[in-house]
Amino acid sequence: MPITSNKLTLGEYDQHFSDIHPPFETHSAALVDANRCLFCYDAPCMKSCPTSIDVPKFIKQIATENIKGSAHTILSSNIMGAGCSRVCPVEKLCEGACVYNLMGEEAIPIAKLQRYATEKAMAAKWPLFTRKPATGKKVAVVGAGPAGLSCAHVLSREGIEVTIYEKESKGGGLMTYGIAAYKVTPQFCEEEVNYITSLGGIDIKYNQELGKHITLDELKKNYDAVYLGFGVGLARQLDIPGEDLQGVVDAIGFIYAIRTNNYATVPVGDKVAVIGLGMTAIDAATQAKRLGAKEVTIVYRRTEAEKPCTNVELDIARLDGCKLIWLAAPAALTGTDGHVSQLICNVMKLGEPDVSGRRSPVPTGETITLEVDMVIKAAGQVPFEELVSTNQLQHNKGRISIDNNCSTSIPGVFAGGDCVNGGKEVVDAVQAGKDGAKAILKYLEQ
Amino acid sequence: MADISANFLGIKSPNPFWLASAPPTDKKINVLRAFEAGWGGVVWKTLGSQVKNVSSRYSAVSYNGSRVMGFNNIELISDRPLDLNLQEIKECIRLFPDRAMIVSLMADNDRQSWHELIKQVEDTGAHGLELNFGCPHGMTERGMGAAVGQDPEIARMVVEWVMEKATIPVITKLTPNVHSVVPTGKAAVEAGTDALSLINTIQSVTGIDLDTFVPNPNVGGKSTFGGYCGPAVKPIALKMLTTISQDPVTSKVPVSGIGGISTWKDAAEFMLLGATTLQVCTAVMKHGFRIVEDMCEGLNNWMDEKGFKKIEDFIGKSVPTLTHWEDLDINFHIVANINQDKCIHCGLCYIACEDGSHQSINLQYGKPYNTYSIKEEECVGCNLCKLVCPVEDCITMVEQRKGEEYLNWKEFQRRGLPLNDH
Repeated sequence: MPITSNKLTLGEYDQHFSDIHPPFETHSAALVDANRCLFCYDAPCMKSCPTSIDVPKFIKQIATENIKGSAHTILSSNIMGAGCSRVCPVEKLCEGACVYNLMGEEAIPIAKLQRYATEKAMAAKWPLFTRKPATGKKVAVVGAGPAGLSCAHVLSREGIEVTIYEKESKGGGLMTYGIAAYKVTPQFCEEEVNYITSLGGIDIKYNQELGKHITLDELKKNYDAVYLGFGVGLARQLDIPGEDLQGVVDAIGFIYAIRTNNYATVPVGDKVAVIGLGMTAIDAATQAKRLGAKEVTIVYRRTEAEKPCTNVELDIARLDGCKLIWLAAPAALTGTDGHVSQLICNVMKLGEPDVSGRRSPVPTGETITLEVDMVIKAAGQVPFEELVSTNQLQHNKGRISIDNNCSTSIPGVFAGGDCVNGGKEVVDAVQAGKDGAKAILKYLEQ
Repeated sequence: MADISANFLGIKSPNPFWLASAPPTDKKINVLRAFEAGWGGVVWKTLGSQVKNVSSRYSAVSYNGSRVMGFNNIELISDRPLDLNLQEIKECIRLFPDRAMIVSLMADNDRQSWHELIKQVEDTGAHGLELNFGCPHGMTERGMGAAVGQDPEIARMVVEWVMEKATIPVITKLTPNVHSVVPTGKAAVEAGTDALSLINTIQSVTGIDLDTFVPNPNVGGKSTFGGYCGPAVKPIALKMLTTISQDPVTSKVPVSGIGGISTWKDAAEFMLLGATTLQVCTAVMKHGFRIVEDMCEGLNNWMDEKGFKKIEDFIGKSVPTLTHWEDLDINFHIVANINQDKCIHCGLCYIACEDGSHQSINLQYGKPYNTYSIKEEECVGCNLCKLVCPVEDCITMVEQRKGEEYLNWKEFQRRGLPLNDH
């Protein structure tokens, strides 16, 4: 049986994909939490944010009703502060470091407060930044994701004309295409991109893919510098028999389909298995369930102690009714009439730690078989290795190599974000964009 | 269980908590509800000649999200007919004979008016009178309220008029809008007042509306100085109470304490500095009469813990510990200590000491948590770090005396000891 779409009513789709962390509705509500903040000196939350947002300052500014100042504090460190307030795994970043944790008290809801201030800024379209006089320099950015937008914003503020080349028809990158819809809506992502580019001096050319519509040589020739921020995007193959059966999809494509179509048009199975336990695996599993899958089972080859996702994320999956099978590694897929029907897994046990320091799973010789009609692969993403190597960029397994100045092996070409680090948080990419812009400014001065 | 009943000049109340002369005591319906809630007594809102009020009348100061830390009003004395007030006072006394009924008065500025008013009030069966020498707005322009309290000689004269006529105890309520409450307090005692109460409200501007630019409260685009009260004024009230308790003349009469009392702790503090009964208003205007339950229970539990059987056991107990600066022991010295197990690494002690005191705290950088420790040799024992630390008992002050014997500034100078040696 092929998998089908349109399993729920419109009302159910709306309910399932509504905002998972509702915002503060009133200033008074925000005040209660803002006033709990101790205003730490050299605050641990700030040090735990890859973009080093001055958290105590922006929270104090909410408390004093200086919301414009608060939004400026956030966005001057992180131009995607609005998006990050919804998608950051704050439990392992700012909120995880909040000193209240050490007191055994609830951490300050930093993300929620950040959302409060930035939401107001976006709604009112506050022009919080101005551009310096034009320098006459032009920079090309590849990818309108967090790294590219962040880099472009810093450069534009310094009076540089930036052109962003984006292969999709919308900006935002992973924010727009790769994150669960109950965290950010496509409309929000669009508004955020518009808010960022409202500064001026940033021209996004959509449907322009590097290596297809444009080449690096052209960019090098036509611009004073180039910034590569095209991320990662290819799903890691399982390399097991049956991977090409119908009903076997990768999480990135599955989430992309949810983000770019009506929920009702996205096909989902009744018995779904999700391979992997990163953030993307959780987003895929929960959304499969929310699209109407009867049974979703997450299969992970290690134990809970080694899981890459956070407890908060795992709780979302559990509360959505997703099942978990620990110590199970996919070994083969079998099908009926070309469609996947079984997932056979090796039962594993933990052996010695691997290179990452985590205890590596080894097969016990036993197997288990799951009856499935859909398998979502979320076993990690791999870089665009071919794109990188054909452009003669020095790389490590497809990850672009850069020096301390964000410079690639090609002079005048800089890079950052997931295409360099292999895939980290949105907030890491924003910081990478800032670092890249700083390096480009230095380069252009020479 | 301790006995928390009060006997103030023979006026008995089951507990020392009275409602101050204010909106909550201006009519029968409120006062009966207050008595039902357990209040020991009331001071009926000031009676006098008829007045007319404006609106709005109240404004407040909020701090760090906490509402009504300070409160301000421009309300005048009772604006209800005198006869109605007198009738209702009588009915309240009949329905709750065990509660204290004091009536606040502010007669027109002549002997005859005071005498007439006192006679009328005494006919209700009230237990005591309180002279309003404190109202800081509206009445002062007519030579009453604070205008009386600010001039000891006028206060003396009015108290003398009152004492000629009064047959029940008289309490004189003092205004804080003076350099010292003692001169007026002294004049009132010398003129024969049976007791004092303090403080009335402090003239203030609570704040300005940043959209309209009109200060609060806004009366059709204009404002005026209002009387400040609530938790924010407690420290000032306690200071003024202390000066009354320490003065040889004013300390002869009992005192009813007023000024930001919201909890049993506040009450105990006022009593330790000499108050026999406590008058509450702002806290009730914010939370209602029900707060008296915890005030009674809390005071009772504290007295049991401390072994006090009745309130007289501790009234005034803290007065002797407030002394002049030059009598303080210079050899007493403390240094701060940070309990590293309790420290949450917020750095508040560090930045306070660095910017606001003596740079006596070490910072050892860490990611994300820094470590903070005291430089004992630099610490002057000022207390600032302990005050700002959000964790209970994390920073403690450890005694490290500089010398065995008690040494005060006068003796220090007499001996010609070197300055700045510690």
